[in-house]
Amino acid sequence: MNKRLFFIAPLLVFVVMAGYFAVGLTKDPRKLQNMLTGQPVPEFTLAGLQGRDDTGFKSVDLIGDVTLVNVFGSWCVACRVEHPFLMALKQKNLVPIHAIDWREDDKSAGPLWLKKHGDPYTLAGDDPKSKAAISFGVTGAPETFLVDKKGIVRFKHIGPINQQLWQTTLEPLIALLRKESSS
Amino acid sequence: MSAELGHFALILALLIAAVQATLPLIGAQRNMPAWIAIANPTAYVQFFLTTLAFGCLIHVYLISDFSVVNVVQNSHTDKPILYKIAGSWGNHEGSLLLWVFILALFGAAVAAFGRNLPPAFKARVLSVQAMIALGFYAFILLTSNPFERIFPAPLNGQDLNPLLQDPGLAIHPPMLYLGYVGFSIAFSFAIAALIEGRVDAAWARWVRPWTLAAWIFLTGGITLGSWWAYYELGWGGWWFWDPVENASFMPWLAGTALLHSAVVVEKRDTLKGWTVLLAIIAFSMSLLGTFLVRSGVLTSVHAFATDPSRGVFILALLVFVIGGSLALFAWRGPQLKSTGLFQPISREGALLLNNLIMTTALAAVLLGTLYPLFIDVIGGAKISVGAPFFNAVFLPLMVPMIIAMAIGPFMNWKRGDILPALGRLRFTFLFALVAGAAAWSVETDGPFMGVIGIALAAWLGAGVIAEIYERIHLFRAPLSESIRRLGRIPRSTWGMSFAHFGLALAIAGMAGAGGWKVESIQTMKPGETVNVGGYEYTFEGAHEGQGPNYTILFGKFTVRKDGEIFTVMEAEKRNYPVARMPTTEAAIHTTLMGDLYAVIGDAEGDEGAYVTRIYYNPLVVWMWIGCIVMMFGGTLSMTDRRHRVGVPHKRQHASATSDPVSSTS
Repeated sequence: MNKRLFFIAPLLVFVVMAGYFAVGLTKDPRKLQNMLTGQPVPEFTLAGLQGRDDTGFKSVDLIGDVTLVNVFGSWCVACRVEHPFLMALKQKNLVPIHAIDWREDDKSAGPLWLKKHGDPYTLAGDDPKSKAAISFGVTGAPETFLVDKKGIVRFKHIGPINQQLWQTTLEPLIALLRKESSS
Repeated sequence: MSAELGHFALILALLIAAVQATLPLIGAQRNMPAWIAIANPTAYVQFFLTTLAFGCLIHVYLISDFSVVNVVQNSHTDKPILYKIAGSWGNHEGSLLLWVFILALFGAAVAAFGRNLPPAFKARVLSVQAMIALGFYAFILLTSNPFERIFPAPLNGQDLNPLLQDPGLAIHPPMLYLGYVGFSIAFSFAIAALIEGRVDAAWARWVRPWTLAAWIFLTGGITLGSWWAYYELGWGGWWFWDPVENASFMPWLAGTALLHSAVVVEKRDTLKGWTVLLAIIAFSMSLLGTFLVRSGVLTSVHAFATDPSRGVFILALLVFVIGGSLALFAWRGPQLKSTGLFQPISREGALLLNNLIMTTALAAVLLGTLYPLFIDVIGGAKISVGAPFFNAVFLPLMVPMIIAMAIGPFMNWKRGDILPALGRLRFTFLFALVAGAAAWSVETDGPFMGVIGIALAAWLGAGVIAEIYERIHLFRAPLSESIRRLGRIPRSTWGMSFAHFGLALAIAGMAGAGGWKVESIQTMKPGETVNVGGYEYTFEGAHEGQGPNYTILFGKFTVRKDGEIFTVMEAEKRNYPVARMPTTEAAIHTTLMGDLYAVIGDAEGDEGAYVTRIYYNPLVVWMWIGCIVMMFGGTLSMTDRRHRVGVPHKRQHASATSDPVSSTS
């Protein structure tokens, strides 16, 4: 009896895993996109990062201008890949980029990371309990939200943003949103 | 023209694989030699066609044929020729073609070199290989065709990600895939054995060289990837528990466990079901790894959604290969009868302990890697699993394993005795204590894990040497007798000793680099000096230069130790105009005790000041040397005589169990 179980157990484990994969597959992230876009940004109030002048980052800061909100983590390798592109955006001063530092425990890791690699952000908030990240529905870092003048999420991108995405989607969309009135 | 030829060759390869997957298998079941004989030629033809297709893809890259979508997205006329070639597999479609090319290569290798295999068994193995290949051909042709054309053709391409334009990373994927795909042979052998309902010492001997080959390549591939991360990403780290890294590490863990359990099958005729299961798991992890990396299920969920048909196909393929083989295992596995009795305190007991720890570690890494996906499906809170989880789970598991690794080789087969084994290790134990104390005294408030790591490395390294010392009866027998014994040690035993010793070196490197790294970030004006890890770095200023398809900013440092000039280092920051992306090339000066590592960052102000990052990474080179020694050990074991000579099964079996000292693992 015991022996039979040894031979059947691997199959059972795999069936459960495959079930998860299958459900994960039906969760079409594009649907997620539609659910989120068009909604106002969730309410959040975050403290500033150590060593930065700003007083923090909260939802009302997003009203009045077209902005990008970038969720990053010092532990996230993909963010490191994305980072030079954000720095290039900042240098050209094309759009304000705000940050949510999605962290696990070390308060100084994010600020240190920015000090090391450069700081492309206008405002940055510290998100120690993942509260803001969760209410934004972040599935993994990095993730970037395009927010219009009224503070409504108009586009969301999971994974590093790059030149290609900038040219094909973000840049035209930003130009379009800038033409909208803010009231 | 090349694109169409390649496409056509792929379609033909699919058809040939369909023949290879069915006829030889039926022939073997019904005992029809003519059908069995189809296995070899189809394997060769399939390999030829896939080589042709792969060659065509490289050709369209070489001539920069921008009417092919794949070339447009990943290449550029200004790109150096090496990266034009490497660009062909630096993307989803091309890498799948590389994958199936290597699969066909291994299939043809089994056909050519597996002369000592019984024809029916070999036919089954090649049929199973062709089934896997069939799935991949269909996947490539239906969802990921690298030869797709674009009209109108653009004037130039979008270039390959500059981070990937690096010699280390150009050969990293082929190396890794040789490892991944190499496990398909162990898998096919396991499936064929399940179909025949028989696993014996001969089976274990047949499967061993193939598994070793895969393991060597995978070790090399992981090392290359880690080395690349170390010098190219420019922040002095070498392992990040990134899903992509885990994807290559999981098959390695399973494959290492398989190598050890197959020895027990060969020597003691037991642990058969377990070994077959490990062969299935090792390849399943390779498949999962390929898809995790290539589909980006984990790093960015959107990759699935860009083409949902790909995701569905991937899942179907995983269910067919992994689910199918595990179902076969559940059905036929119980028929594998073991004859050997099992005593926990014995060589096989030690090997089983290795297996249990390896698979536990594997389960932990798998869980950590897939956890975000599981949580997402349940709809719970989003949780990221990072390095802290893996370090907390993985490192404590490695401590008992390394302790046991030094003891295991002292145990006899069948019935070992733990106390004499420990007695022979008393000097090893003292040495480990001294090494740990020395590491601790360097910096008394240094990291605990670093001290443990150094002590463990010393324990394992000295344990390996003590085992050879015991084996040749040094100082207990006349010297001539010891030399004679030394010469008689089989290659596979040397293989084990080298592999274990290599791991000891690598652990020392990991402990040193992880524990005592010194890091300093500052803005430096020309002429300013900073002291890092006992070396004085003077910034000599920055100047610009030109590479083949990038511009370079050089940052020059003169390094002094105790006032004397030690070395001059030049760190580079490259800027790729086409991809509009900078990369860092750290300046690294390697010494046996540690690496001097300098990176130049952005300009700061107008006075020629730059942000610089300077690291001292102790013992890093030991890690790379250790990995090479491990690969060398694997190669020694692979070329052992018993894999080349078809020794009659019974005699080998009897002689193997009678003399524990000369037997191998």
